[in-house]
Amino acid sequence: MAKIAAVIASTHHPFYYRASTSTGADRPPFADEWVTKIEAFRETLTRANPDVLVMVGSDHFHQLWLDNYPQFLVGKAPFYDANYYNEEREFGLPRMVLQGDEEFSAYLLRQGLDQGFDLAFSNELRVDHSITCPLITLRPQADLPIVPVYTNIFAPPLPQPWRFVELGKSIRRMVEAWPSDKRVAIIGTGHLSLELGGPRQFGPHGPDPEFDRKAVSWIASSDIDAALAEVSLDSLWLPGNATHGFMDFMLMMGVAGENVKADYTDSLDLFHTMEAYFTWYPTEASS
Amino acid sequence: MSKYLLDKFLYTIDRDPELVERYRADPRRTVEWWESDRACLILNCPDAERSSWLKFTDSEREALATHDYVTLFELGAHNFLVLTLFIALFERDYEEPLAFQREFAAKLSHWSLPYPDIST
Repeated sequence: MAKIAAVIASTHHPFYYRASTSTGADRPPFADEWVTKIEAFRETLTRANPDVLVMVGSDHFHQLWLDNYPQFLVGKAPFYDANYYNEEREFGLPRMVLQGDEEFSAYLLRQGLDQGFDLAFSNELRVDHSITCPLITLRPQADLPIVPVYTNIFAPPLPQPWRFVELGKSIRRMVEAWPSDKRVAIIGTGHLSLELGGPRQFGPHGPDPEFDRKAVSWIASSDIDAALAEVSLDSLWLPGNATHGFMDFMLMMGVAGENVKADYTDSLDLFHTMEAYFTWYPTEASS
Repeated sequence: MSKYLLDKFLYTIDRDPELVERYRADPRRTVEWWESDRACLILNCPDAERSSWLKFTDSEREALATHDYVTLFELGAHNFLVLTLFIALFERDYEEPLAFQREFAAKLSHWSLPYPDIST
């Protein structure tokens, strides 16, 4: 059976690429500390020596549109082109081409459907910065095949937080039962408190540092019960109007397992939003 | 009220560099052209298989025609789509990094929760 080499949850900050590659007067004062933290975080994936990456993210109104919007979608394609004109324009992100793993995608789709998740699929998916930002931070050579999993954290009506947790648990079970000798890293990115297009956007910190403090604590200890007790579709508007991206962290808590402490936790308080990085290495007994 | 159509306008302009420039330079005529020519296109259907019923309300049309992002917020246009397109339109006019984004926030500072509903 396949082995889960690492479970990684992270914020995805589209400004990292530009901040980390800029020089001279263009280089922001926080860039060096940010790069140091990212390089340490990257080492947690490198050390896991994965063969294939399951990448959980969310399309930011690029390919998926309101005339036909999937709640959960798995890519099944041999390749995934990546990043869009408006991400080049606003963030300076590079165009990329990523290799897929169709057999693994087909397996996850079949198993997911059979286990109660009516997953949508895409045979031609251009992924966006929710997938490429964690590759840029964690695997900049982008040399491993991926299976993208998209969730709807953007276009109401959204699935309930507990469904994200359950999908995470299912993904873990499915990967562990995959008849393959590959080492799989499951990587998902979301947001802590975040405001976009509202009065609290682009402040000196995230819009709700208290939520961020609690959220980091929930994720680091994978305290699913505590998160579910406080988080609802309605409550997620309070920390910031784009905070529903936290549900992708909840999905990753489902992957990591109930009350399983992260082996690696780090965070960085930036303007606009807090960055947070978590890695779990499954033990032999749990994997 | 058609929040969906507002979002469709923002989405289809934002993804096309030429339309971004056209909307910046001549918003009213771009909105009129788009509503008569593009609003009823179904994005994954041939041009001939279009919808027949989509149009803006007067207040929606006016908000788009005047680049009025405060009113777009109040009408329930999707916050992410408004922000992304308006950064493309106006960030270039400000010298300080993020100055436009902060002005955008300040102009909405009279708002507290709950914000207008963005559901479509």
